[in-house]
Amino acid sequence: VGDRRKARLSPSPLPADSVEDEFELSTVCHRPEGLEQLQEQTKFTRKELQVLYRGFKNECPSGIVSEENFKQIYSQFFPQGDSSTYAAFLFNAFDTNHDGSVSFEDFVAGLSVILRGTVDDRLNWAFNLYDLNKDGCITKEEMLDIMKSIYDMMGKYTYPALREEAPREHVENFFQKMDRNKDGVVTIEEFIESCQKDENIMRSMQLFDNVI
Amino acid sequence: MAAGVATWLPFARAAAVGWLPLAQQPLPPAPGVKATRGDEVLVVNVSGRRFETWKNTLDRYPDTLLGSSEKEFFYDADSGEYFFDRDPDMFRHVLNFYRTGRLHCPRQECIQAFDEELAFYGLVPELVGDCCLEEYRDRKKENAERLAEDEEAEQAGDGPALPAGSSLRQRLWRAFENPHTSTAALVFYYVTGFFIAVSVVANVVETIPCRGSARRPPREQPCGERFPMAFFCMDTACVLIFTGEYLLRLFAAPSRCRFLRSVMSLIDVVAILPYYIGLFVPKNEDVSGAFVTLRVFRVFRIFKFSRHSQGLRILGYTLKSCASELGFLLFSLTMAIIIFATVMFYAEKGTNKTNFTSIPAAFWYTIVTMTTLGYGDMVPSTIAGKIFGSICSLSGVLVIALPVPVIVSNFSRIYHQNQRADKRRAQQKVRLARIRLAKSGTTNAFLQYKQNGGLEDSGSGEEQALCVRNRSAFEHQHHHLLHCLEKTTCHEFTDELTFSEALGAVSLGGHTSRSTSMSSQPVGPSSLLSSCCPRRAKRRAIRLANSTASVSRGSMQELDTLAGLRRSPAPQSRSSLNAKPHDSLDLNCDSRDFVAAIISIPTPPANTPDESQPSSPGGGGRTSSTLRNSSLGTPCLLPETVKISSL
Repeated sequence: VGDRRKARLSPSPLPADSVEDEFELSTVCHRPEGLEQLQEQTKFTRKELQVLYRGFKNECPSGIVSEENFKQIYSQFFPQGDSSTYAAFLFNAFDTNHDGSVSFEDFVAGLSVILRGTVDDRLNWAFNLYDLNKDGCITKEEMLDIMKSIYDMMGKYTYPALREEAPREHVENFFQKMDRNKDGVVTIEEFIESCQKDENIMRSMQLFDNVI
Repeated sequence: MAAGVATWLPFARAAAVGWLPLAQQPLPPAPGVKATRGDEVLVVNVSGRRFETWKNTLDRYPDTLLGSSEKEFFYDADSGEYFFDRDPDMFRHVLNFYRTGRLHCPRQECIQAFDEELAFYGLVPELVGDCCLEEYRDRKKENAERLAEDEEAEQAGDGPALPAGSSLRQRLWRAFENPHTSTAALVFYYVTGFFIAVSVVANVVETIPCRGSARRPPREQPCGERFPMAFFCMDTACVLIFTGEYLLRLFAAPSRCRFLRSVMSLIDVVAILPYYIGLFVPKNEDVSGAFVTLRVFRVFRIFKFSRHSQGLRILGYTLKSCASELGFLLFSLTMAIIIFATVMFYAEKGTNKTNFTSIPAAFWYTIVTMTTLGYGDMVPSTIAGKIFGSICSLSGVLVIALPVPVIVSNFSRIYHQNQRADKRRAQQKVRLARIRLAKSGTTNAFLQYKQNGGLEDSGSGEEQALCVRNRSAFEHQHHHLLHCLEKTTCHEFTDELTFSEALGAVSLGGHTSRSTSMSSQPVGPSSLLSSCCPRRAKRRAIRLANSTASVSRGSMQELDTLAGLRRSPAPQSRSSLNAKPHDSLDLNCDSRDFVAAIISIPTPPANTPDESQPSSPGGGGRTSSTLRNSSLGTPCLLPETVKISSL
């Protein structure tokens, strides 16, 4: 694998400080691997990759997306609520090498799984999203965090009015459905198995086939 | 970062896969995607100069000419390009806006021409980026002022026309404030000015010694004492005029309290009061001293000129705004004076018959020396005194010279800063309002989408297409995304109005029972409602019941808000509810357009791709155009409304 990063000021991961960000942006320029390599790694066609990269590069000339940027981008789509927590979780899910930033490769890899992967791949990805500490199983607390962040995105003005217990109840429902052996955690096998049995979920998985 | 929201939408939608396993309801199907030919390069020919860009770039801002279907009007099929007969140099800036998200203002072009180009391409002037915004506004203001001056010079005599039924009071006040509006006011203005001058001159002349003609040897006497009657008469006349003017102004002022507190009225009062006090003070020796002091206040009449002079007012204002700097100057001078006076006093203490009798006495010497006046009435005689005296005068030059440029530059800085701060405050308010509007626009667009038939996915093929035909692909997908979120959480987005109403919703009684029969209507997803959200059916009932209530109120107020639009068709449709369903469909279409016409006026096209606050550009602007074009919702809705009318 060739040298991916050009002229960095420091070898440490990019600081989240905005002041330093400004300074770093002018020198750090992350270039993705070649088009052919990305074509091999992902399931997108050449044209699709080109379109994706053009958009990405336009928005993030430095080649990477920081968590703050990510949250800001995501919040544009949910003006009523607060999407920052969910965006943070998403960011962690996309940032597979956990270096604090999402590069184009991470971005495209994630999208490839979601949009072009098999149903099992997508379920895996969703599981990875929920499993906040990446230990292979989803606990009730993790699920509650995720659920709260999703409900946060709805904002205040909803019908029916959001109650405090709504996320918790939803989590209970979820665990009832998914947790086969009732041990309080959902493992990846339980998750995939339960999802495959649920018709609605299977059907909705096809929803995003033609997003790009 | 340029806000290309459209770029990120596919990502946001893809990320929704995280909600899928959690959704307790089935998610709605994705909007149909038209034959995607992939991204293509468009050629835009502006007066012969060809610009080429990706279609995606132009699609970033769907509210503008190039981003919407409006550009199809300019499409030349023979050459396969979009032809615009406009200035190609200006177009460069417009196109760069699409590319970078920032609109720059060309320095060498006329601002008016630039504005016209922006208006043509559907860009709002507020989009000008921060780097160029200040200059743009300055130039625009200059232009506007120049035009205003020309106009004012043209219509010299005509002021703004007063409303016909204005009272005497209003006319009087206007005459006082704008003397050039009528000849009477102008005459009054000059007369008062003349009398102010006369009064001031009389005050001055009164003290000049006149040669007493009838006495030998000629005794010098101030004119005031020589011709007391004449001066008294002149004074009386002036004071009468001033009093009359003051009372008239007081009568005419729209807000008497404010007038009483204003500076000008205070000056007026101070100018005439001494005379009246003098009238009532008996002329005996004890009080005459005080009486004489009062006469000093007559000099304040000169400040009445500030009504006549703009410059004086500006000077007064700037002094007020420079107060802190002046205070600093005063303070530093005082410090230096005290120090040097002390030193000089102790240096000269030993001398006989010295002028430096005390430290306060030495103050006078210090001030005179430091300001380099040097009257010479007090001079040091000892060597130490002379040394310190020279140090004092040297430092005086410095101490005075230093703060003065600071004050001058401060003054000019403060003056400009004030102007800029006001501008920025207004800008900020506008920006925030725009952001709020865009956010609510996005939400409202989504709520509108739901009402228009986002809920009915399968049954109403063409009708739905009819409703939403002018919705962009971006909006489709965004709304689908929000819809998925709703389904996942089993809650719905509403607006503030509905939310607060629902909180205080009265129990529905009879309506509910009828509404449950309605929920078995052939509406696709509603049959699945019972599983998760039994309250959904009730919500519908509340909404429709509310619509009856609001329609029966028949107030236009309901129509003026989008909430009203959501809940109820126009009042005309109520009569149409008794008609046959397909007739009412047409009538409802018209009424919706009618209503939409009302709504579209207050909603300005909000192009909001700010760097600082990106928000969906599709939302705000599209709301107005969508409302303009959309016909009423689905026929499924109508049978329900017909049913309600039969209640």
